[in-house]
Amino acid sequence: MDATSFKKDFPALRNTDLVYLDTAASSLTPTSVIKQMNEYYEHYPVNVHRGVYKLSFRATEMYEAARNTIAEFIGATFEETVFTRGASSALNLVASAYGLTNLKEGDEIIVSELEHHSHILPWQNVAKKTGAKLIYVPLTPAGRITVDNFKHVLSDKTKMVVLTHVSNVMGYETPIENIITLAHAQGAIVSVDAAQSVPHKPVDVKKMDCDFLAFSGHKMCGPTGIGVLYGKKHLLDDLEPIEFGGDMNDNVEKYDAHFKDTPYKFETGTPPIAEAIGLAAAIKYLRSIGFETIYAHENHLKEKALDALEKLEGITVYNPGTDTGIITFNLDGVHPHDAVSFFDEDNIAMRAGHHCAQLVMRFLDVPATLRASFYLYNDEADVNRFIENVKAARAFFTEVGF
Amino acid sequence: MRQLENLYRQIIMDHYKKPRNKGLLDDARYKKEHIKNPSCGDDVTIQTFVEDGIVKDIRHDGTGCSICCSSASVLSTRLKNLPVTEALKISENYINMITNKPYDETIELEDAQAYEGIKDFPARTKCATIAWKAFENTVK
Ligand SMILES: Cc1ncc(COP(=O)(O)O)c(C=O)c1O
Repeated sequence: MDATSFKKDFPALRNTDLVYLDTAASSLTPTSVIKQMNEYYEHYPVNVHRGVYKLSFRATEMYEAARNTIAEFIGATFEETVFTRGASSALNLVASAYGLTNLKEGDEIIVSELEHHSHILPWQNVAKKTGAKLIYVPLTPAGRITVDNFKHVLSDKTKMVVLTHVSNVMGYETPIENIITLAHAQGAIVSVDAAQSVPHKPVDVKKMDCDFLAFSGHKMCGPTGIGVLYGKKHLLDDLEPIEFGGDMNDNVEKYDAHFKDTPYKFETGTPPIAEAIGLAAAIKYLRSIGFETIYAHENHLKEKALDALEKLEGITVYNPGTDTGIITFNLDGVHPHDAVSFFDEDNIAMRAGHHCAQLVMRFLDVPATLRASFYLYNDEADVNRFIENVKAARAFFTEVGF
Repeated sequence: MRQLENLYRQIIMDHYKKPRNKGLLDDARYKKEHIKNPSCGDDVTIQTFVEDGIVKDIRHDGTGCSICCSSASVLSTRLKNLPVTEALKISENYINMITNKPYDETIELEDAQAYEGIKDFPARTKCATIAWKAFENTVK
């Protein structure tokens, strides 16, 4: 596949030698998405649901059409697709609306050290407030969640299973379908963080049978400020809203109010309208290329980069078995923040830090790491420049005395 | 030559590899300030002993990147034995230099001048300033 054909779809990659390897944090935005959002701002930049005039009708139609596109994309229904500010607020909604009211002392919540802070802290809060206990799935020495290890911690006390689909640091895919089957057999509810999977592979929530699932627009060629919470209809029906205000009610009296049905009862205030429309455009863009093509392409680049890294001295790769386009590594003896400036100087954008996953850093026993992540707009030339820079950085830091 | 090379060649590697005044003291006369940069894990503690308006001693400890660790060592050598007012003036001047604000070039920064190149790495300004900010908090 010729990736240069995708580079041209991304204005941020035009007329620049930028090598962008930080998709796992945020992806770049293609022209088609920017155009759709501009169209909203230029032609019908008004509120939804409220205005009883033509422009508002159009905005509402586009906003709800976006919801349909997104629902259909993940195999959900319209009612099961809630717009949020991002994966973080979607995951928080599950913890606050479901966790705080349904868990109690003695209940167990299975989590993992691979979770992003957005999927662990909300449940720490639930555990503290309800007296339920967090139980960590033991990871394999490589840092994976396995079905066998999951079975060790699953019990009749398990009421909630809170796991990531793909780790944003290790790039491992969790065997989530098997885990969900086992969890359901114990009557537990499963929340899946799909922020790193939905952008890269087809996810069908019905086939997966998860109870809740969350992802963000900005990691899948969409805009910032929008995310999605999927929840099974009967679960969403039973949840109380956690935010109250305009639009989420259908009757307000002095001492009581009646709320709309899902998804609206979770969406108070003016929603991210342009962002929803932009996310639908991003999904159209990704589908026009095809997830198989995207996945194969990322995988090819990742393998090529890994092969080259493994041949180098003084480099530690923490996830040589990564299932996705995410490579986490360090230059031995060099703090990743020192290293990342070297790459930055050559216009290679990479992440250095703990990646909002301090539990993974503790597991790896490092303060921080470098992370390179590949997406459809990367190409072989990017991999070559990346590898040449790793070599040069290694030589440089050795030379100056690290 | 790479900008980065300039930066590291000079004082920084020396102080990173051979930090001066490193290690905290268990002495009630010292005032301690701990600052952490949660985004990268830089973690610095500065301890100062002030007597009669003079910074008599500065100690530091911590973990982090070379810029962060070395700058703690550099400030300890630059600011020791100065009146608090002068030390604060130098610190303020240094931070202005790093963050690309107007600063007084006549104030002698000595080894700390080496960090001027950080200007070209705005993502690293925090690394170069947290030790100095911690110092300021110990004497303010
Ligand atoms: C695995 C994972 N979960 C959750 C999030 C949080 O996403 P957001 O920052 O868009 O809310 C991220 C992104 O950083 C992530 O990688």
